Amino acid sequence: MDKGLQTEGKLNVQNMIEKRMQTKTLGQSLEKIVPWFLLLCAIVSVLTTVGILFTLLRESIGFFSEVSIIDFYTGTEWSPWSGSFGVAPLIGGTLLITLIATITAVPLGLMAAIFLSEYASDKARRIIKPILEVLAGIPTVVYGYFALTFVTPIFQAIIPDLGIFNALSGGFVVGVMIIPMVASLSEDAMNSVPNALREGAYGLGATKHEVVFKVVLPAAFSGIVASIVLAISRAIGETMIVTIAAGATPSLTFNPTDSIQTMTAFIVQAATGDTSFGSTIYYSLYAVGITLFIFTLGMNLIAQYISRKFREEY
Amino acid sequence: MLGQSEQGIIKRMNGRIRTNRILKGLFFLATTFALVFLVLLFYRVLTQGIGYLNWSYITSFPAPYPEEAGIWPGIVGSIYMMVIVAIVSVIIGVSTAIYLEEYASKNKFTDFIRVNIQNLAGVPSIVFGLLGLTFFVYMFNFGYTLIAGGLTMALLILPVIVVAAQEAIRSVPSEIKEASYGMGASKLQTIGRVILPASIPGILTGTIIALSRAIGETAPLIIVGAATAIYTLPDSVLAKYTVMPIQVYKWTSRPQEEWQFVAGAGIIVLLVVLLLMNSIAVLIRNKYQRRL
Repeated sequence: MDKGLQTEGKLNVQNMIEKRMQTKTLGQSLEKIVPWFLLLCAIVSVLTTVGILFTLLRESIGFFSEVSIIDFYTGTEWSPWSGSFGVAPLIGGTLLITLIATITAVPLGLMAAIFLSEYASDKARRIIKPILEVLAGIPTVVYGYFALTFVTPIFQAIIPDLGIFNALSGGFVVGVMIIPMVASLSEDAMNSVPNALREGAYGLGATKHEVVFKVVLPAAFSGIVASIVLAISRAIGETMIVTIAAGATPSLTFNPTDSIQTMTAFIVQAATGDTSFGSTIYYSLYAVGITLFIFTLGMNLIAQYISRKFREEY
Repeated sequence: MLGQSEQGIIKRMNGRIRTNRILKGLFFLATTFALVFLVLLFYRVLTQGIGYLNWSYITSFPAPYPEEAGIWPGIVGSIYMMVIVAIVSVIIGVSTAIYLEEYASKNKFTDFIRVNIQNLAGVPSIVFGLLGLTFFVYMFNFGYTLIAGGLTMALLILPVIVVAAQEAIRSVPSEIKEASYGMGASKLQTIGRVILPASIPGILTGTIIALSRAIGETAPLIIVGAATAIYTLPDSVLAKYTVMPIQVYKWTSRPQEEWQFVAGAGIIVLLVVLLLMNSIAVLIRNKYQRRL
């Protein structure tokens, strides 16, 4: 009798399983549909890239059918409202801002990274790192406001003939904005240098700064360079700070006290003005945009190449 | 002779130790520079803006006189926009992350998606503005509306959400997944009832941080035509809108000094909102930070 019950039970379960396998439930069809939906979502990011390339290329080609590409890249006068489209002053302005920002951010960011990774106690690190994160999270329009209403007046007190809009304070504040990026990425690179290397140097009698300059920095070199290149890319694409503080005067100058215009600032200026759809100026937005895109993409690819190619494995 | 060289060594050692001390001080000063800058920035914004910050400033519309100007449409616009951005970017971003972590096989196409997301994160925000202008404003014919701005912003923060969600999903221990499969659960059941619930705190934290980046973003919204001054609140996704940072930008770019104070007050409101969002993210992180 016991045996009978058992077989009966077993048969029941088997039946249930078979029955369940045969009937197509909602769950089973979902099991097949959902992966396709997920794939579709994953493709959105690819479509975004394709969309960016398509947009920039199509509208730029429209622009270059009206203004010759050679004039665009070799011309040295940018006054689109009177018909001169030589992009050099905008590129020059962008490079000037980037240069000032790099000079500001690289020494300060690297020194902060060295301090955090090599000198600071755990407690100090726990306090300082979140503050750097706060600095990275402040909207750029706030930085722009600060550059215009606080940094510029201070610089004006030091350099009397400095105008209200100038590359110096714009570039400097862009530099402060990218300090957290340089500091945290470089610190990551320094942290990944194994302690055995440091201890070997200490064992030979090196002081801390000797360890930093002769062991840690060379070993973390590729990561540090990659962090700087990424930060430069951020500075090139930065918009609001330079729009607010650096002015709207496209001029091919390397004098940091001059008012300049960057590529990004022109895009904002043209988009806020009454630029009608389909006009040459409308298309020039995209020609400037694709130039900007090439600059930042180039920088990002260089950073990826450096950190892949020169990575030291320990 | 021996004494002399010993003295020389001690002298050199003292010199090296002194250099080390000086450098340590220098490194510390460089680190504090960022902190001093931050303190100055907060101090400046507070002292400039606090005089204009009151209840009527928060609940008023823009006005031609600084004393009457208010940021209400910016606050409402920013909130509406964040709702659109959150819905779109979380659905697409989390789905992408699930696909990459749970379904994608290791092949060229998957690698391509990964590299692509990494590169998208490095594209300047203003270029996303140009993308939105071409597609959402003109091609889809949304015009300068809330939905055009929201979709542009959603694409902008998509890489951040994907990366955060991927990390959260990856940190779910494989033992629980295998336990779920061992109980006879299907892949979808495992994802829906085990993996997602376990990774929701990480996804939420990442989402809030990404949204707090979006709420302060100005440049792409200028390109897709957020209005600089509107006198009615947006009543649908196809309505004109403005957001807080755009209003701040507009006030900052006026030459009269009073408008700087109005802008300062706007920045205080913006920073308070950011502070709230980040505190929520930290709270979630701390509350659910238990090892699985």
